[in-house]
Amino acid sequence: MLDAKIPQGPLEEKWNNYKAHAKLVNPANRKKLDIIVVGTGLAGSSVAASLGEMGYRVKSFCFQDSARRAHSVAAQGGVNACKNYKNDGDSVFRMFYDTIKGGDFRAREANVYRLAECSASLIDQAVAQGVPFGREYGGYLNNRSFGGVQVSRTFYARGQTGQQLLLGAYQALMRQVHQGHVQLYARHEMLDLVVIDGKARGVIIRNMDTGAIERHSAHAVVLATGGFGKIYFLSTLAMGCNGSAIWRAHKKGALMANPSWTQIHPTSLPQSGEYQSKLTLMSESLRNDGRIWVPKRQGDGRPPNQIPEEERDYYLERRYPSFGNLSPRDIASRAAKERIDAGFGVGPLKNAVYLDFSRAIREQGEDKIKEKYGNLFRMYQKITNVNAYTEPMLISPAAHFSMGGLWVDYELMTTIPGLYALGEANFADHGANRLGANSLLQACVDGYFIAPYTMANYLADEIKTGPVDARHPAFDAAERQVKEQLQLFMAIQGREPADYFHRKLGRILYDKCGLSRSAAGLQAAITDIRELRSEFYKNLHVPGGLGLNGELEKAGRVADYLELGELMCYDALTRNESCGAHFREEYQTPDGEAMRNDKDFSFISAWGWTGSEQPPKLYMEPLQFEFVTPAVRSYK
Amino acid sequence: MHIRLKIWRQEEAGSPGRMESYELKEVNEDMSFLEMLDVLNEQLMRQGVRPVEFDHDCREGICGQCGVMINGRPHGPLKNTTTCQLHMRSFRDGQEIYIEPFRAAAFPVKCDLKVDRSALDRIIQAGGFISVNTGQAPEANTTRIASPLAEAAFDAAACIGCGACVAVCKNSSAALFTSAKVTHLALLPQGKEEAQDRVLHLVNQMDAEGFGHCTNTEACEVECPQEISVLHIARMNWEFNKAHILRR
Repeated sequence: MLDAKIPQGPLEEKWNNYKAHAKLVNPANRKKLDIIVVGTGLAGSSVAASLGEMGYRVKSFCFQDSARRAHSVAAQGGVNACKNYKNDGDSVFRMFYDTIKGGDFRAREANVYRLAECSASLIDQAVAQGVPFGREYGGYLNNRSFGGVQVSRTFYARGQTGQQLLLGAYQALMRQVHQGHVQLYARHEMLDLVVIDGKARGVIIRNMDTGAIERHSAHAVVLATGGFGKIYFLSTLAMGCNGSAIWRAHKKGALMANPSWTQIHPTSLPQSGEYQSKLTLMSESLRNDGRIWVPKRQGDGRPPNQIPEEERDYYLERRYPSFGNLSPRDIASRAAKERIDAGFGVGPLKNAVYLDFSRAIREQGEDKIKEKYGNLFRMYQKITNVNAYTEPMLISPAAHFSMGGLWVDYELMTTIPGLYALGEANFADHGANRLGANSLLQACVDGYFIAPYTMANYLADEIKTGPVDARHPAFDAAERQVKEQLQLFMAIQGREPADYFHRKLGRILYDKCGLSRSAAGLQAAITDIRELRSEFYKNLHVPGGLGLNGELEKAGRVADYLELGELMCYDALTRNESCGAHFREEYQTPDGEAMRNDKDFSFISAWGWTGSEQPPKLYMEPLQFEFVTPAVRSYK
Repeated sequence: MHIRLKIWRQEEAGSPGRMESYELKEVNEDMSFLEMLDVLNEQLMRQGVRPVEFDHDCREGICGQCGVMINGRPHGPLKNTTTCQLHMRSFRDGQEIYIEPFRAAAFPVKCDLKVDRSALDRIIQAGGFISVNTGQAPEANTTRIASPLAEAAFDAAACIGCGACVAVCKNSSAALFTSAKVTHLALLPQGKEEAQDRVLHLVNQMDAEGFGHCTNTEACEVECPQEISVLHIARMNWEFNKAHILRR
């Protein structure tokens, strides 16, 4: 049994109680403490900047060539916060309830409540940094509504909310670099975690420009390295997004929680060919005004504008009349897959559905739609050469967000003392399905408002430790292991590049551990992945040398994916229920809705590494619902 | 499509480089430009040739990491489009395509098409921020900002830091990049307190990094994927002169 260390007391007092009693580090002592932050997305930048401002000595690492390029930059739609500026009935409790219901009652109450509670401060902080959120003509902040909720609580900066929030955090980070509180290491990739006497004490890092292997020691290590949806190869993630930092920490003892819970986003552009490297996301905000449909007749080959209204099936409006096109992502994706698999898909490969703006343009005018979504329509045109003002967009589901990740307690600490996981890298707040615009929120809240408090509670006992010595034998061992692995990849001298194995793994996971799963499929997937992994170690080809070498970087990430993918299948196989994004074909209602099993599966599955080729070990964290009653999640 | 490529190959920083010729016989016009390079690299690896190193990440036009000179133009022939958003339908069957790194004294080549753009980060470090610590912020709606003003600040804030403006400029000036940050923060009431110091520090850092001066050719605006306007450069100059005069 895992203890999440949830503070006592009523839900609305837990975080305040925690803060009132947490240990503090005196300002004069903070400069004696070293902290490593891996990742510079919203969670990483915000925590590194905040800790730097407080006076800790921080080192910040990212694999991109600038901290500003971390993949938070690509988030489009918005960030949720319960300011209730619209006077439409929003409150911290309502936001908490929407989030926990959206996650299909598979998240911790206390964490989710804290997320909602801290949301308002984030908007204040971002505005103070100069984030240009959308405003009304009177100059006050504007909101829009997003999937899975019935109030308007989403703040947005055109379709570039992630970019603008990240620039705010990046600029705060650059300010700390300038002041000497943070040392910045771009193009540096973490290849191992160093654990001494059970505590996280440092990392082994590869300088991607020179190939040099470096040791960095610290009193605490923060992993803010994002999600691993790129494991599906075709995904909405950036090409460099990877699961290696958290996976290597997992192999050093950190548990992985609910790794199979992957959000498949309903509105991405469909695959158009074998060469394809990624699937571009079209913001969910488009579903505010766009209507999703397929033809009522199977295989109807007419162009969309020639299909009359009565021959169109607006299947989300039909199946979920009260939420309609704004149904949550898991439901919208599954409904699209259902139509596509049943032969109603559209587009050249029959793998898409329509997202249609004709009614919105008729009612609001093209200018209004352009003002709201102009950049998205422009992006659509660039990629597809189609003008979405005159004909509907083609959209299709794509792997997007990892609800699972490293297991963390209420303090965001993993099962390794001194190792923290923030943002998408942890599992904590979204349950089995994340609501739109909660991802940016969680990353920021973890980094700005939670970790600075909870880490002090740990670091207060580290003041007397003194500098951590990077000559410790644990560093020797970790460095040796990293170097041996790199040399192993070079030595295989097979015929296929890393992408070949990555594509094959992605295909297996989409088919058997994607939008729908079955016991037989998952068992087959485990066998397939093991075979693929064994082929990888016989037939991988890495050209070039140990210096700057993109193929060598990919090889390490794919090697980790080939282990993580297997764990995802175990996770899905052992959860005999359907909840949120986890849809087991054996557990559904007669009309195809997910059938949750609270009696037997109201717990978090946290997995321990037992060695390659060994089945992982399951630890459970029971979910206790004191303040809400899990209900059937209905959007009908 | 059949495509002939001439690509800059350079082993490492400081080593001599050269243009190499490659051919791709079956290119699909719906491929993105970077997917075409992926296909080339796979072909090169099978031939035992070291693949071409190039920068890229999000492949949706927002991270700013990709960017190469394509037939002499940063990000290629399409207006307001990053390299990753360019598709092969923008080229002709049989066309010869020259691919080179973004070149500037302040952007040393690391390998093949990869360059070091950390000078842009150092410009931001010099003052491209609003000095507010976590926790200091007042309630957001106490600062009213008229929508047109917020939108004007946004136009400048949209810069993705790719460096195309520097690459196209005959003087390798970073004036468009720097002025976009000056404008973004100077227009907003939150950023006004530090506007004078900011513009002085940013401009000084820009000079220290070895970027050239702006001579108003306006090529940067033409090639900018985010349509950042050269009028920001005028505002930067005005802010800079104002700061100098008021300091005396």
